[in-house]
Amino acid sequence: MSTATVSSTDQGFSLLRLWRNKESRSVIIQIITVAVLFAFFAFLISNAATNLERIGKNYNFAFLWEASNYDISQTMIAYTSQSSNFQAMIVGILNTLMVAIFGIITATLLGFFMGVVRLSNNFVANRMVYCVIEFIRNVPVLLHIVLIYGIVVNVLPHPKAAMNLADTFFLSNRGLYFPAPEFGDAFIFVTISFVAGIIGAFLFARHAHKVQDDTGKALPVFWASLGFIIGLPVVVYFISGMPLEWIPATQGKFNLKGGMPLKPEFLALWLALSVYTACFIAEIVRAGIVAIDYGQTEAAHALGISSGRSTQLVIIPQALRVIIPPLTSQYLNLTKNSSLAIAVGYMDIMGTIGGVSLNQTGREMECMTIVLVLYLAMSLMISAFMNWYNSRIKLVER
Amino acid sequence: MSTATDTVPASGAYEPGSHPDLAPPPGTTGPIRWMKDNLFSSPLSTVLTLISVYIVYTVVTSAGSWLVLDAVISADSREACQAIDSGACWAVIVSRFNLSIYGFYPDAERWRLNLAFILLFVALGPILFDNFPARKHMMKFSMAYPVIAYFLVVGGMGLEPVSTHLFGGVMLTLVIGLTGITCSLPIGILLALGRYSKLPVMRMVCTMFIEFIRGVPLIALLFVASVMLNYFLPPGVEFDLLFRVLIMVTFFASAYMAEVIRGGLQSMPKGQFEAADAMGLTYWQAMRLIILPQALKVSIPGIVNTFIGLYKDTTLVLIIGLLDVLGIMRSSLADPKWNGLAHEVYLYTAIFFFISCFAMSRYSLYLERKLHTGHKR
Repeated sequence: MSTATVSSTDQGFSLLRLWRNKESRSVIIQIITVAVLFAFFAFLISNAATNLERIGKNYNFAFLWEASNYDISQTMIAYTSQSSNFQAMIVGILNTLMVAIFGIITATLLGFFMGVVRLSNNFVANRMVYCVIEFIRNVPVLLHIVLIYGIVVNVLPHPKAAMNLADTFFLSNRGLYFPAPEFGDAFIFVTISFVAGIIGAFLFARHAHKVQDDTGKALPVFWASLGFIIGLPVVVYFISGMPLEWIPATQGKFNLKGGMPLKPEFLALWLALSVYTACFIAEIVRAGIVAIDYGQTEAAHALGISSGRSTQLVIIPQALRVIIPPLTSQYLNLTKNSSLAIAVGYMDIMGTIGGVSLNQTGREMECMTIVLVLYLAMSLMISAFMNWYNSRIKLVER
Repeated sequence: MSTATDTVPASGAYEPGSHPDLAPPPGTTGPIRWMKDNLFSSPLSTVLTLISVYIVYTVVTSAGSWLVLDAVISADSREACQAIDSGACWAVIVSRFNLSIYGFYPDAERWRLNLAFILLFVALGPILFDNFPARKHMMKFSMAYPVIAYFLVVGGMGLEPVSTHLFGGVMLTLVIGLTGITCSLPIGILLALGRYSKLPVMRMVCTMFIEFIRGVPLIALLFVASVMLNYFLPPGVEFDLLFRVLIMVTFFASAYMAEVIRGGLQSMPKGQFEAADAMGLTYWQAMRLIILPQALKVSIPGIVNTFIGLYKDTTLVLIIGLLDVLGIMRSSLADPKWNGLAHEVYLYTAIFFFISCFAMSRYSLYLERKLHTGHKR
């Protein structure tokens, strides 16, 4: 009962008893774990402190505000070599986000397309896509990146002889040049009408839902939304006197001028990541749709739902439940794999703050801390978003 | 109806069960019907077939002539290759083949790698196939194999020591991949048990470790290994780069392994845990005898997939300066003699990875079929 009465000779006995008791043992184990971990981290940190002191370094982030002294070829914000390391880091973050978002979009589209072809009963297309998927999946993504980069840089022609599509798009070993948009003053109306179109489509969908609930009549939501989101801005665009001009690049003597370039590094990374991830997504999509029992399709047909509608209303919602969790991890993988940019010199987080900045300032500890924190934050955000989406479409059980 | 009446005998009716088998209605079997079903079932399908056939035809003819018909196998340099024929210049692979396998391992000691490689298959056999002859005894050899391989590859015990920075090529890929695979499984199991445990501190520590490792890219961890890890060691102690990389690769794979195994643990019905408790088994007995054998069986496909992922990820070490098979082949592109033969070099590496990874995924399918005890459609 009370520990005060336990004499010193019983001490060993009571410790043994504590160990034999399941609850108290678990508490002891946990205390020991915490103590050991604490000691371990204290050991690591004290080592780091001694080592840093020995070579005369300290741990502070003041270098972030000093000039970075290096150039970055593809930036989305104003940046020169006189900008600070912090700005370089921001450029890196934006570049990582850009390749990740572009990659996720193309990988999803391509992956769903290949997954559907894999499900079709067309023998030749099915087998062909199967071979492509198996080959690409079983080769490291880094190899894809360096291979595509090699093709872009070595095989594509010089800017002088750039592949030219209707004087609008230019493909050369300096990258792919899109025409650059030039917005007139009246373009703001088009933007406003686009936002209004989205709101209108949303309201119409709600209205259509209500009408269907009340009367059973299905309104053409898809075409109406298309009209709202695409049609309205197009009409406004023409009414306001076409305030948007596309200015293509022009071929100079040695290089292409103007336009909106996608650099070879970006192209290689983007293509390689999209194709590689698309192959995994294709298999996920296929598995997700195959997982839906054929009885569901039959039941939908028995209820008189048309084939297209049954896919849309019965099969896809159920397949998504199977597809979303592994799809999330593919998105995460793509984002993390974008750090392989360093192999081709695309300046993402790893290339700026974890690469050139690290080498020039010699602040390994600080730079790597920033890199780890940034990637961790990004991964947590993507998985939080996908968890939210997953819980929205989850099967609601009684 | 008319065909049936033709064969009706004069008496007008068959005895039950005596009706002769009729041929299937025309047009429901045979190659024509198969093509109709699988190639030209709809206009869209027809278009798809034509496009696919065209793509396959162009790829096969152009790749065939480049890869085989116009290829050059023996030449001294790229120029010599181009002088002979217009196709692939496989001479670069031929001249670099030994380098790509053994790295910079001393010539006189290469028999040790060959021996370790042969023994690897002897050790893997009993683990992979349960109808392997004398499996029980061979298993002991498999358990001892990592120690044997260590001494063969690194040296010691009378063998001449070989410095780890001479490692490279396929050999380095295998060293990193196999070490990661062997060490990550037990660590992954412990992490999964920790994350699934009832003790809140254990759960928290394991969850944080797993989520941290899974949240950052491997390349960042490798950078940590190459520039940061030595700061955390006591002054005077330094691990060599390969060892630091192995630590990080193992941690990385363990975290993914832990998640796969946790999935297996979660699929166990609660009754299994309760039954083990009711039998009076301790926690470790219950895990070892009841839970893990079932949970691991469920997660085998995921485990093999993690292995494949890890194996492919070993290429990343080239970024911090270790020359694995991709790194060493890529370095031959810098050789002025072979400058610019990127396609041959990368294709060779790709085929190497494809063969090993495809074999692993086939094995995983084989296991899935073997372990599948439920119903099949």
